[in-house]
Amino acid sequence: MGSRAHRVSLGDAWSGRVHPDIESERRWPAFDVERLTNLLDGGAQNTALRRKVETLVRDDPAFNLIHTHFMTQDEHFQAATQRLFLIQKLAKRMDWPDDSLEFQYIYRALSGDISLGVHSVAMNAIKSLGSEEQIAKWVPLCKTYQIIVSYAQTEMGHGTYLQGLETEATYDAATQEFVIHSPTMTATKWWPGDLGQAATHALVMAQLTCSGARWGMHAFMVPIRSLQDHTPLPGITVGDIGPKMGIEITDNGFLRLDHVRVPRENMLSRFTQVSPDGTYVRHGIAQVNYLPMVVTRVYMLRNIVLYGLQKACVIATRYSVIRRQSRIRPSDPEAKILDYQTQQQKLIFPLAMGYAFHFQVASIMDFFHRSYDAIRNKDMSLLPELHALTTGSKAMMTEFGAHGVELCRRACGGHGYSKLSGMPSLATYLLASCTYEGENTVLYLQVARFLVKNCRQAWEASDPASRKSLPQSVSYLTAARVDKCPAQTEAHFLHPELYMQAWAHVAARLLESSVHHLQMLVQAGADEHEAWNQTSVLLLQAAKAHCYYITVKNFKEALEKLEHGEPAVHRVLKRLCDLFALHGILADLGSFLYDGFLSAPQVNMLRTTYLDLLLQIRKDAILLTDAFDFTDQCLNSALGCYDGNVYERLFQWAQMSPNNNSQTQEKPAYTKYIRPLMQSRGSKL
Amino acid sequence: MNPDLRRERAAATFNPELITNLLDGSPEKTQRRREIENKILSDPDFQHEDYNFLTRSERYDVAIKKSAVMVKKMREFGIADPDEIMWFKNFVHRGRPEPLDLHLGMFLPTLLHQATAEQQERFFMPAWNLEITGTYAQTEMGHGTHLRGLETTATYDPKTQEFIMNSPTVTSIKWWPGGLGKTSNHAIVLAQLFTQGKCYGLHAFVVPIREMGTHKPLPGITVGDIGPKFGYEEMDNGYLKMDNYRIPRENMLMKYAQVKPDGTYVKPVSNKLTYGTMVFVRSYLVGEAARSLSKACTIAIRYSAVRHQSEIKPGEPEPQVLDFQTQQYKLFPILATAYAFQFVGKYMKDTYYRINESIGQGDLSELPELHALTAGLKAFTTWTANTGIEECRLACGGHGYSHCSGIPNIYVTFTPACTFEGENTVMMLQTARFLMKSYDQVQSGKLACGLVSYLNDLPSQRIQPQQVAAWPTVVDINDPDSLTEVYKLRAARLIDIAAKNLHTEMSCRKSKEVAWNLTSVDLVRATEAHCHYVVVKLFADKLQKIQDKAVHSVLRNLFLLYSLYGISQKAGDFLQGNIMTGSQITQVNQHILELLTAIRPNAVALVDAFDFKDMTLGSVLGRYDGNVYENLFEWAKKSPLNKTQVHESYHKYLKPLKSNL
Repeated sequence: MGSRAHRVSLGDAWSGRVHPDIESERRWPAFDVERLTNLLDGGAQNTALRRKVETLVRDDPAFNLIHTHFMTQDEHFQAATQRLFLIQKLAKRMDWPDDSLEFQYIYRALSGDISLGVHSVAMNAIKSLGSEEQIAKWVPLCKTYQIIVSYAQTEMGHGTYLQGLETEATYDAATQEFVIHSPTMTATKWWPGDLGQAATHALVMAQLTCSGARWGMHAFMVPIRSLQDHTPLPGITVGDIGPKMGIEITDNGFLRLDHVRVPRENMLSRFTQVSPDGTYVRHGIAQVNYLPMVVTRVYMLRNIVLYGLQKACVIATRYSVIRRQSRIRPSDPEAKILDYQTQQQKLIFPLAMGYAFHFQVASIMDFFHRSYDAIRNKDMSLLPELHALTTGSKAMMTEFGAHGVELCRRACGGHGYSKLSGMPSLATYLLASCTYEGENTVLYLQVARFLVKNCRQAWEASDPASRKSLPQSVSYLTAARVDKCPAQTEAHFLHPELYMQAWAHVAARLLESSVHHLQMLVQAGADEHEAWNQTSVLLLQAAKAHCYYITVKNFKEALEKLEHGEPAVHRVLKRLCDLFALHGILADLGSFLYDGFLSAPQVNMLRTTYLDLLLQIRKDAILLTDAFDFTDQCLNSALGCYDGNVYERLFQWAQMSPNNNSQTQEKPAYTKYIRPLMQSRGSKL
Repeated sequence: MNPDLRRERAAATFNPELITNLLDGSPEKTQRRREIENKILSDPDFQHEDYNFLTRSERYDVAIKKSAVMVKKMREFGIADPDEIMWFKNFVHRGRPEPLDLHLGMFLPTLLHQATAEQQERFFMPAWNLEITGTYAQTEMGHGTHLRGLETTATYDPKTQEFIMNSPTVTSIKWWPGGLGKTSNHAIVLAQLFTQGKCYGLHAFVVPIREMGTHKPLPGITVGDIGPKFGYEEMDNGYLKMDNYRIPRENMLMKYAQVKPDGTYVKPVSNKLTYGTMVFVRSYLVGEAARSLSKACTIAIRYSAVRHQSEIKPGEPEPQVLDFQTQQYKLFPILATAYAFQFVGKYMKDTYYRINESIGQGDLSELPELHALTAGLKAFTTWTANTGIEECRLACGGHGYSHCSGIPNIYVTFTPACTFEGENTVMMLQTARFLMKSYDQVQSGKLACGLVSYLNDLPSQRIQPQQVAAWPTVVDINDPDSLTEVYKLRAARLIDIAAKNLHTEMSCRKSKEVAWNLTSVDLVRATEAHCHYVVVKLFADKLQKIQDKAVHSVLRNLFLLYSLYGISQKAGDFLQGNIMTGSQITQVNQHILELLTAIRPNAVALVDAFDFKDMTLGSVLGRYDGNVYENLFEWAKKSPLNKTQVHESYHKYLKPLKSNL
């Protein structure tokens, strides 16, 4: 196999022989794994390029990630900074262009374990919100690391609700400067990555006051550390916010500003300007300040959420064919745990998600690239839909992804609790993603607001023309729909049209009843804001059903394109799409039975179909995870390596634990506490 | 005190102290618990730097130091009652694991129960005096819950009258036992006993692993730490490989089974007895689920009362996040669950002690049902609590992710409960086996008793599970009995379906085992429904016994919320089974929203009633006084990364970065 040498961990004793239990899973492939890999990469040439990049970092001990399992927060940060440094050198040597695929691939190969991630976020923000002049001034400095910029938005007391931010930027026309100030303890910038130790500048989001009026949140470039010796500048209090559940490579920090003055030119002014006399000018809508967040979300969904989920699937699935436990029949040897129906139920949904979200991300990327340039050129027509799409996807993918990774971790039994499995680290990355870049509940409610606004208009307008103007992603909500599921046999549930109808029905019904509930409360005398709060649980459900519908739809549409060119790949992926759609229905069955859309006998059929799918997908499970084509280096898991030599590797890796180092072995604790404990001989006990 | 929290507390409609007493068992118990607590709080030996700022090896250091002192002081203070021991340990270690856990919790009790008098003499007293520190080595690298699969062997050699302990494969290496990595000098090792050429299954052996005096591994023993984990940093979970390592015959624990000097094997009288320990540990884990969930809830609810965010009405000040319906919907069902599990945990503990007495009198009849029930409840409560803790963390927004919130620590400390002491899915299937047995028993005309007696009421002539229209649909969603009844119907229905599917699979596939596997998703679902019913029932029973009116009223709301929320989440089961109609589900959902509003004024007082000290919570966000933000800043300043203004990485990597490019 051409790519195998590429996948396995070199330099350890076992990669030469593949464990027979995983070998047998690969022996009779029902489809060409390489073709699927190419499809996921966007073409064979991309796969080739990706592997070339991966080879570059494979042999260099500086890029060996195994030791990261044993590091303190401080060591993590240092190692990640060192890797960044080495990558930049490598890129220079190889002459990689900016923003090239090579960078994307090397980040993937190193599991994103590289510091200064927020520096790029800030750079993107400058590109989105800065004038051409500002871009020309700051971006080259960022690219060559002459300056390091953190994106400082979240405050101690304020997160997702940006209007609540307290940091002030007051224009002083006399000196043509902005005075940036943290008026309260809760106004302290809190959480921004790269801020704790690394940043020389912060792109500070602050409430602008000029000409005696408040104009809302704007972005300001603020120097915070000396470019000579890196010490904090006058008026700046900056540091690390302390230990977290995970993401140790990032120095999340705090920042307090005490009347710090920056020149007028340091306000990013692509869409808004303050003229020297303090006159405020805006082009476009206020929401445009959210654009950097949209950009960040799109990349984060791929690099952290999608890859994280896929890696967890690879590790848990591979481990589940090596791990044997108990017997299915008394006469058989112990069974692979993947052969247990309950294990399949745990792992196959995350796997289906791993594919569903791949196509979801592809579709968002596509929409993003189509709309981003238009928005930067001040055509705002697509911004609301782009915002709603990324918001909904962020909430759904992080919620489901985090849940999926935890499911995979626990499906590895006790060993999933060991850091050497790689699972705790994946889990903590995904868990964090549920609250950063927008808290998920708030985001779902933003989607709900978008849906309510658009559909209300469409429902109230009687002429079909106004319905046509609906954003494409919500038009289904106002289309005619079926009230009863037409399925008559189990096989009917394998028709994408049928389960799409089911999701469309439920999403529309939930939205309708939310709108109805809102109206009812308003008619009963509640003001509309109170009514919104009292309907928010319902709205949340409607938004979630909508997001699920969109994900199923994207998956289905992506598959339609494969049907003729890649029939074998299409066949296996279609099962995943079916499973993804049906799993969601079973998980929220009440919503489908509630108004009789599904009948009780139909639910039984659906359940049978679902259980059959588990068995069928089980057969391809290893190949489907191989197709993601993550290197062992990037998986960094003793349980998940390509060759399946789980136990040998686990034992060997455990030996690297500093606690087993003979230099430090047990001496201090033993001599200090254990020995006296034992020698007290019960005299006092 | 933070003004928001002061206002919340003043507005409560009941006296939290009464609930605290209820949870502890009596006002006297509350008083005694606080006495112990204050003793530890004021003891300088138990003070130390915040764990969050220490490395793993420093944490181990602190923990073992505290453990040593703890054992001494516990005896000084004459603490021997099991509850008091647990309180003491929990306060000293702030709810976290410690290196002597296995010594105190497994090594000593196993000696006590399974050692002969001679062995007690030889091992128990030195272990009691901590000359011997031991662990319990069961799990292997390749084998966990399925005990029969363990590979470690103990082969008897009659010539020398020794057992040869051996780890024949990589997968047979003992892996995970706490206290094994660094602390213990002995281990009770579970191994397959071979004598006279025959295997007699798992038995327990006392194996010396480190030299007394030097603490160095003995020849033939390879022992060490298994490396970093998600949590449990204070614990030296270890591995143990034995290379044809010999121990005297007398080191096999022989109170029940025996190997005679010539190698003759003598069978134990009953093996049901080992159930006792498992039942105890599992009922303890149910209590842990309740405690961990209660802690997470306390933090999230207090913080939600302190945190202001966003707006409900434009122009008004930012409201407390606890006033958002979605926040209440996240947290109050968890609060209700925490209370439900507190009562279930208490019930299980009491039942264990009650049954333990009858075991003492030789009556083992109740053990199998209890054993079966505890397996499922352990799985049900730990899964639910695991999810609930994580939801509490998310409900704290971004700060929940910081260790300052304390919830990451609660989560990583608790989550292994889903896999240890029996992996949850396997536990569920154990209970399923009991349910299927009871079901078959009823089918064959014998009545089932205890908590599964509802299986007696199944209309046994039915062929299609969905033809159950005859079941009562008169549901009063305000009546605890009526709600218990619908949960019972749901459980009965799902057990019925699982049993029928199992029989169908059996009739077309012949093998019972294959059929079992192909029905296992249904079986787990049925068991979950059974456990859910048991929890609802026990909560309803408890409610009846509450005298104080104000307390009754507030707990009744929690009961209703717990039951109705469960129905809403599993509406499919109730609708498909015609147990409830669509319009009833609408009423349920509407009533849930009303209950959220009703519970809201008492939310803070309800978590105060759990009576956790700030030190036990280990949370800046969940502080009793609510002074969150000031303390958050103070806490962060202690971060090791803030020790210098300019981090060394700046000179090593960042500065060269800009000059080299």
